[in-house]
Amino acid sequence: MSALPSKAKAVIIGAGIVGNSVAYHLARLGWRDLVQIDKGPLPNPGGSTGHASNFIFPVDHSKEMTAITADSMRQYKERNTFTECGGIEVARTPERMQELTRRITSSKSWGIDGCRMITPAEVKELVPYIDETVILGGFYSPGVGVVDSLRAGTLMREEAIEMGALQSFANIEVLGMDVENGRIKRVRTDQGDIEAEYVVIATGCWSPRLAAMAGAFIPLTPAVHQMKDIGPVPFFADSKGDIEWPIIRDMDTNMYERQHGTGLEVGSYAHRPILYTPEDIPSNAVAALSPTEFPFTQVDFDLQDEHSLELMPSIIGDENVREKYAINGILSLTPDGMPILGETPEVKGLWSVAAVWVKEGPGTGKSVAEWMVLGESEIDLHSSDIARFHEHQKSTFHVKARTHEGFNKTYGIVHPNEQWSSNRNVRLSPFYDREKALGAQFYETAGWERPFWYSCNEHLLAKFGEKVMPRTSEWEARWWSPIINAEHLQMRESAGIVDLSAFAIFDVTGPSALAVVQKLAVRQMDVAVGRVVYTPILGINGGFKSDLTIMRLAQNHFRVVTGGAHGMADKKWFSDQLPADGSAHIVDLTSAYTTIGVWGPRARDILASITKDDLSAEGFTFSTCKMIECGPLRVLASRISYVGELGWELYIPIEQGAKLWDLIWEAGKKHEMIPVGIGVYGTTGRLEKSYRAYGNELETEYNVVEAGMQTAKIKDQEFIGKEAHLRHRAEKPVTTLCSLTVDDHTSSTGEKRYMLGKEPILTLDGGPIVDSHGRRSYVTSAGSAPSLGKHVLMTYLPTDLAVMGAKFLVEYLGEKYPVTVAGVGSAPLFDPTNERILA
Amino acid sequence: MDILVCLKRVPLAGSTFLLTPDSRDINTDFLGFGISPHEENAVEAGVQLVEQMGGTLTLLTLGPTDAEEQLRTQLAIGATRGILLETEGEDWDPQATAAALVEAINAEETKFDLILFGAESADSAGYQIHIRVAHALSRPIVTNVKTMKIENGIAQCERAVGSVRELYETTLPAVITVRDGLNIPRYPSVPGRIQARKKPIEHKKPEPRVPKLEKVSLSVSPSNSTGAQILGTGVEAVPALVDVLRTIGVLA
Repeated sequence: MSALPSKAKAVIIGAGIVGNSVAYHLARLGWRDLVQIDKGPLPNPGGSTGHASNFIFPVDHSKEMTAITADSMRQYKERNTFTECGGIEVARTPERMQELTRRITSSKSWGIDGCRMITPAEVKELVPYIDETVILGGFYSPGVGVVDSLRAGTLMREEAIEMGALQSFANIEVLGMDVENGRIKRVRTDQGDIEAEYVVIATGCWSPRLAAMAGAFIPLTPAVHQMKDIGPVPFFADSKGDIEWPIIRDMDTNMYERQHGTGLEVGSYAHRPILYTPEDIPSNAVAALSPTEFPFTQVDFDLQDEHSLELMPSIIGDENVREKYAINGILSLTPDGMPILGETPEVKGLWSVAAVWVKEGPGTGKSVAEWMVLGESEIDLHSSDIARFHEHQKSTFHVKARTHEGFNKTYGIVHPNEQWSSNRNVRLSPFYDREKALGAQFYETAGWERPFWYSCNEHLLAKFGEKVMPRTSEWEARWWSPIINAEHLQMRESAGIVDLSAFAIFDVTGPSALAVVQKLAVRQMDVAVGRVVYTPILGINGGFKSDLTIMRLAQNHFRVVTGGAHGMADKKWFSDQLPADGSAHIVDLTSAYTTIGVWGPRARDILASITKDDLSAEGFTFSTCKMIECGPLRVLASRISYVGELGWELYIPIEQGAKLWDLIWEAGKKHEMIPVGIGVYGTTGRLEKSYRAYGNELETEYNVVEAGMQTAKIKDQEFIGKEAHLRHRAEKPVTTLCSLTVDDHTSSTGEKRYMLGKEPILTLDGGPIVDSHGRRSYVTSAGSAPSLGKHVLMTYLPTDLAVMGAKFLVEYLGEKYPVTVAGVGSAPLFDPTNERILA
Repeated sequence: MDILVCLKRVPLAGSTFLLTPDSRDINTDFLGFGISPHEENAVEAGVQLVEQMGGTLTLLTLGPTDAEEQLRTQLAIGATRGILLETEGEDWDPQATAAALVEAINAEETKFDLILFGAESADSAGYQIHIRVAHALSRPIVTNVKTMKIENGIAQCERAVGSVRELYETTLPAVITVRDGLNIPRYPSVPGRIQARKKPIEHKKPEPRVPKLEKVSLSVSPSNSTGAQILGTGVEAVPALVDVLRTIGVLA
C-alpha cells in the first residue's frame, strides 16, 4: 500500500456506509485527490455499519427522511445489494391502528406507492409464524427490503478508487486537526499529516470526538440498540438466502423480528435508554466483539423476550431454537432525532455526516456531496442541517436529556405538535413570570418557552361559542385548545399582546453591509433607512433557503429578524456570504433584544396612550420602522404583521422587556387587549392571510413563482438564485400554492375530524395529484381559520388544477374528506385588500 | 440425583485487554462477563444427567451481586436453582473461596451426589478450589475429566495426561472437575430465559475472611501474533496458499 499523501482536496474520515458513499459521490461529481482514512480495518472497520440490522422501511412521517431513504434504496438496488422482502408494521392497540392509517397518509403524501392496511388474517398469510390473535391489523409496505451495507459501501469505495479519485487507508488513527483563520487546514494522524481543503467527519458514534479536535460540535450520543439472533428455526430450514419472509415491526412493543437466513433476529427500542459517550467506546483491539458491539445485557431484554414470544410463539417458544448471538449494538442518537449534516458553523471546510443510519446512508452521501460540490443538494436537508443547533443544544446535558426521552419513541406514536418534557425552561423571556401567572401553556422553540395559549382567556369560549370550532376527537384536541381560536377572534375585535422573544435577531454592519444583504435578499435592499423588507432568501437553484425580514436601521446597518427554529441556519448562510476583507460583520443580538407584538384594531390606540410619537397611518406607514419613546423606554417599533392586523413589533433591550410589557399591559386594559399565544401567531392568523412559513410551504424544492411570492419587478442587482429565479419567472409555474377549505369534516362514525398537516390531496376518484416535476400535492399547513369558520389547508396544486372553486379530496386517518380551492397564490382568504393591516 | 455445579463470573476479553491503573486486575470497562468455558461443560453435563436420571441441579457461585446474571443464564439452560455468595466485588483468595463454598454446601439440606467444577477458572486459573472443597468434604476427586459416565452410583471418568488416557472409577458422592470436549454446551432458548426468571436464587453473605494470598500485580505478555498476513488476491495467490497449507500440514 502506498504511503499516506501529505495533501488532499478532501479527507474523508470513516469507511462505513456513510464515508464510502460520500467518497463515491464526491468522485462522481468530479472531485479528485480524495483521501479516505479509518482507524479500523477494511471492509468492516468496526463501526455501526458492521452490525446494523440492515433493513429499510421506506415510509417515514418526515418528508426529508423519506426522500433520502428512497434515494438510498435506489442506490442499493443499483449495486445489487438490496433484497426486497416486504414489511409489516403490526398494531396491538386501537391507537396504533389509527397511527398506521397516518402512516398510509404519509406514504401517499411522499409518493411511496403500494402501502396498504391489512387484516390480522392477511398478516398471517404473509407471515405464517405470527399469532394473529395478538394484533388488530397491519400496515403492509411491500417495498421493504434488506441491504448489504458493507458490500454496497465497499463497491462505492472501489468505484471511487477506479475513477482515480480516491485513495483509501485503513488502520490510521486521527490524532488531531489544525484550523487556521477559522478554516480546516490539516488532519494529523499516527502515520503523518494531510493538508486538506475539506475534511468530512463520517465516523458515526465517534464523530463528536473528531469534531472536538477542531473545536466544532456534533451533538449526538452513542446509544444501545439491543439485538438477539436465535436459531436454527425449523420453519426457515429450506431458506435459500438472507431473507424470504416479510419483516415485522411490532410497533406497540418497540420491537422488530426479521428472518436472518435460518435464524430470526429480534431487535428492540423498548429497553431503558442506555447512553454512552464516544470515550466509552473501546478500540478494535480491546473490544470483545467489535467496538460498537457491546456485551448484551439480558436483564434489559427480559420483557422483550416475553413480547416476542407472544407474537411468534411457534418460533420463539421452541425450546430447540437457541440464542446464537446477542449484542448491545451502538448507534447514534441526536437530540431531535434527525441526522447532523453539513459544514460545521464553527470551522469552514469541516463537514459532518453523522447520525446517519444504514437506510439513509447512500442518499445522504449523495446529498452531502452535492452540497459540498454544487453548493446545494437536490433533496432539501434543512431538518438535518448541523447549523440548526443553538448553543445550549450543543451541551452534553441537552443531548443526553433529549435522546434519553426520544429513544423509546423510536417506534412511538408521536403527535405532530408533541412537546419535549426534558430540559425545559432553558430560555425564558422577560415576561415569563407574567405569562405564567396568566396561565400560559408553554411550547418550546429553540429552547425558548413560548405561550401557545393562555388559560386566562378561557372565559372567551362562552363568548364565541361554536365559532371556536371545538374538536371532539382526542387526537386533534391533543396539544391544542379552542382557546387559541377564541384568542384569535378577540384579537380581531380588540387587540392582543404577543411574546415574540424566540425570534433570532442578527445585525449586518460595516461598509459592505448593503452588498451582503443585497446578495442574499430577493427584494431590493437599497431602501430608505427605516424601511422593513420582507424577503425570500434563495438557494442557488432558486428554491427557498429562508424567508425573513430585514430592517434598514442606518446606511450601513441592517437588522435581520427570522424564526427561532431556523435562525441559526440563517445566521450561518448570512455569515457564509461575508466578504473576506472584513468590511462587513454579523452580530447575533438574539439574546440582547426581546420582541413584543401588539396587533388588532385597537393596537394604535393602545400604543398611542404610552407614546407621543406619531403612529398615524400617514406618520407611521406599513413596512417601516422607527424608534419611539414609550414612557422611560426607547423602543424600535416595526409596523408589520404576520396575523393580518394593524400593529407593531416592538424591539427592546431584554432587561427592559418586562417594563415595556407592563406599560402595554396597563394601556391595554381600557381596550380589551388580551394576551395572545403562538397558536394564533403561527397558525390561525397566518393561515387566514395565506402567509407562508419556512419549512412548511417554503423549501428548496419550491420556487418563488410557485409559492406565489413574485413581485412585479425584479431588482437589477445580483443575488443568490437570481439566474434561476429569472428563469422561473419566464416559465409558466408547474405548481401553484393554494389555500383550500374543508367542506365537510364528518367521518364515517359521525365525528368531526380536523387535519393537522402533511395529508395527501387527492383527485375526486381518490388518485394522487402529481405535478410534471413528480411532486405530490400534500397539505403543507393546516389549521383553523376562526374568522372564516373554516378549517384551512395549504397545498401546492399543479397549476392547471389551481382554480378557485375546484374540488378535491384530502385523506386523513384512513378516510377522505371533500375540500375546495378557496385561494390561489398568495391571495388572502381574510381581508383580501389588507384594509386592516393598512388601517 | 442431586448435582451441584460451582461457577465463577469472569470477564470475556477481546484480542487484548487492559489492566486497572494499579495493575492488579483486568480493566473490565469494555468487557462483558460469562463463566469459564470448562464450567459451561460442567453445567451441560449436569443438565444432561438430570434429564436422564431426574433430580436437581443447583448452581453455586461466589462473586459480586452482578453474578446473578451468570446464574440466570445457566438456569435458562436447565439448572434448577442458584445460590449466590455475595462479595463486595473483590476476588477472594482460593482458600477463602473454598471455605465459603464448603460452608454453603454444608448448610444445604440436599446432600449432593455429585459436585462438578470446571477444570480451572478463565481469569485466575488457580487449580485449587475444587481440591480444597473435596478435601474439606472428605470426598474423592477426579480432575480434568473429558469423558464421564454415571451409572448405579458410580462415576467412570476418563482424563488425558499427555498421550496417556487414564480411566478412573469412583463411587458417589464425589467431586469431579471437567474440561471442554466433555460435551457441547447448549445455548439458552427464549423460553428457557423466561423460565429462568422465575427460578429461585438464594443470596447469602459469607463472612469475609482475611486473605492469606495476595495478588501483587498482573502484566500482559507482548503478543506473538503478527496479525493476518495477506498472501495476495485472486488466482495469483493460490501457490502461496498451497505453500502455507503444506507447511501447516493440511496438504501432504
